[in-house]
Amino acid sequence: MSLMTFLLQNVLNALQWGSFYAIIALGYAMVYSILMLFNFAHGDIFMAGSYIGFGIATGLLYLVTSGIIAMPHWLILVLTIILSMFVTSFLGILVERIGYRPLRNAPRASAAITGLMIGIILETANLALLGAKRRGFPALITQKVYTIGGAFVTNRKILVVVVSIGLMLLLDQFVRKTKWGMAMRAMSYDFVVVPLMGVSIDIIAPLTFAIGSALAAAGGVLYGISYPVLNPYMGIIIGWKAFVAAILGGRGSIMGAALAGFLLGFIEIFVATVFPSTLRDLIAFSIVLVILTFRPYGFFGKPYSAKLRL
Amino acid sequence: MLLEVENLRVSYGHIKALHGISFKVDEGEIVCIIGANGAGKSTTLRALSRMVDVEEGTKMLFNGKDMLKYKPEKVVSELGISHVPEGRRLFGNLTVLENLKLATFARKDKENIKKDMERMFSIFPRLEERRHQEAETLSGGEQQMLAVARAFMSAKKVMLLDEPSMGLAPKLMLSMFDSLAEISREGTTILLVEQNARLALKFARRGYVLEVGNLVLQGDSKDLLNNPEVKKAYLGG
Ligand SMILES: Nc1ncnc2c1ncn2[C@@H]1O[C@H](COP(=O)(O)OP(=O)(O)O)[C@@H](O)[C@H]1O
Ligand SMILES: [Mg+2]
Repeated sequence: MSLMTFLLQNVLNALQWGSFYAIIALGYAMVYSILMLFNFAHGDIFMAGSYIGFGIATGLLYLVTSGIIAMPHWLILVLTIILSMFVTSFLGILVERIGYRPLRNAPRASAAITGLMIGIILETANLALLGAKRRGFPALITQKVYTIGGAFVTNRKILVVVVSIGLMLLLDQFVRKTKWGMAMRAMSYDFVVVPLMGVSIDIIAPLTFAIGSALAAAGGVLYGISYPVLNPYMGIIIGWKAFVAAILGGRGSIMGAALAGFLLGFIEIFVATVFPSTLRDLIAFSIVLVILTFRPYGFFGKPYSAKLRL
Repeated sequence: MLLEVENLRVSYGHIKALHGISFKVDEGEIVCIIGANGAGKSTTLRALSRMVDVEEGTKMLFNGKDMLKYKPEKVVSELGISHVPEGRRLFGNLTVLENLKLATFARKDKENIKKDMERMFSIFPRLEERRHQEAETLSGGEQQMLAVARAFMSAKKVMLLDEPSMGLAPKLMLSMFDSLAEISREGTTILLVEQNARLALKFARRGYVLEVGNLVLQGDSKDLLNNPEVKKAYLGG
């Protein structure tokens, strides 16, 4: 294998791996940017999204194989992604309403603990509901392998990257162009005065959770398609890593979080090509630590002190 | 009476900021509350906007409606009371136009929004020139214009103004008050709080004097301007 092919292969892998971090990191960054809290349940919302996708896909497949409705597999895939985003967004709204809203004026540490607890509740509720048996995500598309310049890439990897980047671009347009996006940006600058604009925080906060959770669900479905074994704890490590990406991107910077997610993917994949895979996280996160030492506010964050009252 | 406040009491923890003040504002009036730093002027406006909690016994009526039943965003969108906060508090990361548009978030009267926007641009032409600029990059005077225009876009029955003269050079101050007078002429009621007593009393028809949480004097502005106590304490002798 030539060096070029080798590089290309790893870039492709890193893009796919980074997509997961990026799409989960967006949810962390959005919530942080408007409410100044880290939603530590977010990794578990990713897990829940994956299971919801699993349920929807299994259901749709059942309907198709038993001849009740007819639809091609690509349509099942599209519906699975869209419906799980939709359903999981309500989980996000619920988490905001029950978990965080009562604590809006409480110390930030309480809110952080709440997040961790909601995460544990989601994990254990899943266990209670579905048992410890691992679930296999249905193969919605038959794997095809293409070669580009000597490097191998599957249709699933392409799907992951294309859907993730597509959703990120959509989010970017939403935040820039719509009035809700404008309210989110305003809130990230000074959330105290937002009500004086006639804007209810009780609309913007749940909306932000809904969008973040929907993105996590898309990530969860894509993950299930790529690595089809689901378990209730699958969101923990990946969630923490996405959180690291959100920090690396910079305080509440949404696109910063996405870019840092990809960067983290690249670091991990390239570290793994040089070192034994057991050392991957050790080395990758040491690199992150060094980056943060030199850029304590992340890539796109600015020194900032929020005004907490009018 | 458009706005009736009785026995308004506010505390921040153990610090009592307002000890039960009462005042009224009639439709179309310009009324000012003057007082030294820390007297409780900003707290009064925050209470009206429902941004701080008031204590038991406080009565605030707007058009006969109990204001305590309204959340901050509803005070703006349903009662029609806007607030230019102390220190302007613009969204520095949004453009001038976005700041103004955001203020109309809850409004459904599309036609009027357009008219109001045009009106603000005619009163503050500088804002139109800079409409695509981020608010952070504006000069102090322009930021104050935007703060006033943004509040007007959010609601225009009553405007609560917290020290609009703050940080402005004398010339800019005067032109700011000319603009406020113009806004008032078309029917917006104004409640202004100011440390700059002379300016405020020249602008308003009536005034109240606030001293460490208590209203100690009230009357027509011209009487207050001639009042020996006011002269001594607030007008430099
Ligand atoms: N957020 C706050 N926390 C505690 N004390 C406050 C707060 N805001 C104002 N105060 C106190 O309340 C009193 C009135 O303040 P304020 O309404 O800001 O006065 P003014 O606007 O007239 O300068 C002052 O003693 C001030 O120190
Ligand atoms: Mg003040």
